[in-house]
Amino acid sequence: MTPSEPSLALKMRVDDLNFYYGDFLALKNIGMPVYDKKVTALIGPSGCGKSTLLRSFNRMHDLYPGNRYEGRITLYPDDTNLLAPDVDPIEVRMRVSMVFQKPNPFPKSIFENVAYGLRVRGEKRLAVLEEKVERALRQAALWDEVKDRLAELGANLSGGQQQRLCIARALATEPEVILFDEPTSALDPIATASIEELVSELKDQVTILIVTHNMQQAARVSDYTAYMYLGELVEFGLTDQLFIKPQKKQTEDYLTGRFG
Amino acid sequence: MDAETLQSIRAMVVRSKRRDEVFGLVGVAALMVGVLTFAALFLDMAVQGMARIDADFLTSFPSRRPAQAGILSAWVGSTLVMLVTAVAAVPLGVATGVYLEEYAPKNWITDVIEINVTNLAGVPSIIYGLLALGLFVYQFGLGQSILTAGLTLALLILPVVIVATRESIRAIPQMIREGSFACGATTWQTVRDHILPYSTPGILTGVIIGMARAIGETAPVITIGALTFIAFLPPSPFQGTPPFVNADWLLAPFTVMPIQMFNWTSRPEAEFQVNAAAAGFILVLMTLLMNGLAIWLRYRLRRNIKW
Repeated sequence: MTPSEPSLALKMRVDDLNFYYGDFLALKNIGMPVYDKKVTALIGPSGCGKSTLLRSFNRMHDLYPGNRYEGRITLYPDDTNLLAPDVDPIEVRMRVSMVFQKPNPFPKSIFENVAYGLRVRGEKRLAVLEEKVERALRQAALWDEVKDRLAELGANLSGGQQQRLCIARALATEPEVILFDEPTSALDPIATASIEELVSELKDQVTILIVTHNMQQAARVSDYTAYMYLGELVEFGLTDQLFIKPQKKQTEDYLTGRFG
Repeated sequence: MDAETLQSIRAMVVRSKRRDEVFGLVGVAALMVGVLTFAALFLDMAVQGMARIDADFLTSFPSRRPAQAGILSAWVGSTLVMLVTAVAAVPLGVATGVYLEEYAPKNWITDVIEINVTNLAGVPSIIYGLLALGLFVYQFGLGQSILTAGLTLALLILPVVIVATRESIRAIPQMIREGSFACGATTWQTVRDHILPYSTPGILTGVIIGMARAIGETAPVITIGALTFIAFLPPSPFQGTPPFVNADWLLAPFTVMPIQMFNWTSRPEAEFQVNAAAAGFILVLMTLLMNGLAIWLRYRLRRNIKW
């Protein structure tokens, strides 16, 4: 761990995190920092636990029975332990939003898709909704393409546009952190490029964690990279350093394509 | 590839495709058994009853004279009973279905409840009639009324509504729920904003198909004591003075279409058989209309739901 830049602020910190699916220990003793307004990539072969780790940050695992966390994920500046049993998962999801593997717009209008998080928070004033929806769609680089068809179904957009719609939905509530779970795995190369560009732009405003199975993608978009294998965090570091000069033999083998 | 192999491949394809054709024919034959049986019954009733079907038939009360007898009290009774059935069965069934799918913990108690709900669909309808006679008519003192009949038939179609609700909820992809929860929604917000709106087409279809079954039910309605001869209408649900609605009709005695038919078929005079056929034709027409409505609603509402 080499936080070499002096201005780095911590947004989150994972300490001694164990996660169980029933009796199965899926994450083993994970510890890593997440720096404010940086992109942190989680990479590793299938089944290494990178998505499981990502979904711990917004307590998605609480939706299913039999899942259990140990350890803590601290969210700064207020030192809230996101995993504490007395912290409501809904409160966590209000602060940490998420974009999924496959675009999952609701079968509602484009406008209502983006406005949903605001409506859940009780916002009813149309002027406020309109302003925030527009801002989120602009941030997601979708506004110009959809501004004349906000009443149309989100599902009528192309795959890449749908994913940007989901990013706008995640942005509209001004979250502190956004989690991306392999956001381009269902998209073609052009749409993938546009999402990657977007992720790079958004990091000025929000802290980003991204799971990807594509090492080039991690190298292109992230500032920090965590390499995971079999539920363990093998190596964490600046992306440039980790890709050029990994400290662990295991990381090097994976990055050079010797396995995975 | 040599000519011989090519020949044998072609022969094999021909043989295999012959089986395709054979099954296609078997399928059409099987389908025709159902379609033709229904068509024959329906046409037979239509031909027999056509002589009696006119405006007077729909606007006359039953009578001792077959030529003057009509089905006014029967179709009004059926309509009002169905109204009570829908009002009672839909909220109960939908709430149960939503609870079982979205809220209930997955444990043995839920499993037992699920098995029970499925089994309820198989209980003979006359058993519901006996239950209603004891519970609604005597215990609750609701009498042999439209309310009793509506509640009885509501119990009868409750399993259908519950199953339809659960099936349509299950058809909603998990990623839609996760998307909603990831926005910070509670379970209730997810149900209200996503689960219910997206499952409405399926639920409506189930409700209407259940009602189409209930409208033809005879045994439970006879058991609770529907009258077979009734020459007046229940009090109107609407009135000219405030509060403009009136609930007296709920406790009025009544008859329904299948009972009117049953009554006429048991008469010795041949003319009454014609009346029964005419009433049957209209009952089937009512059922077909309800099913048609279900198909149309499903089509209309599903246009806006794409995953």
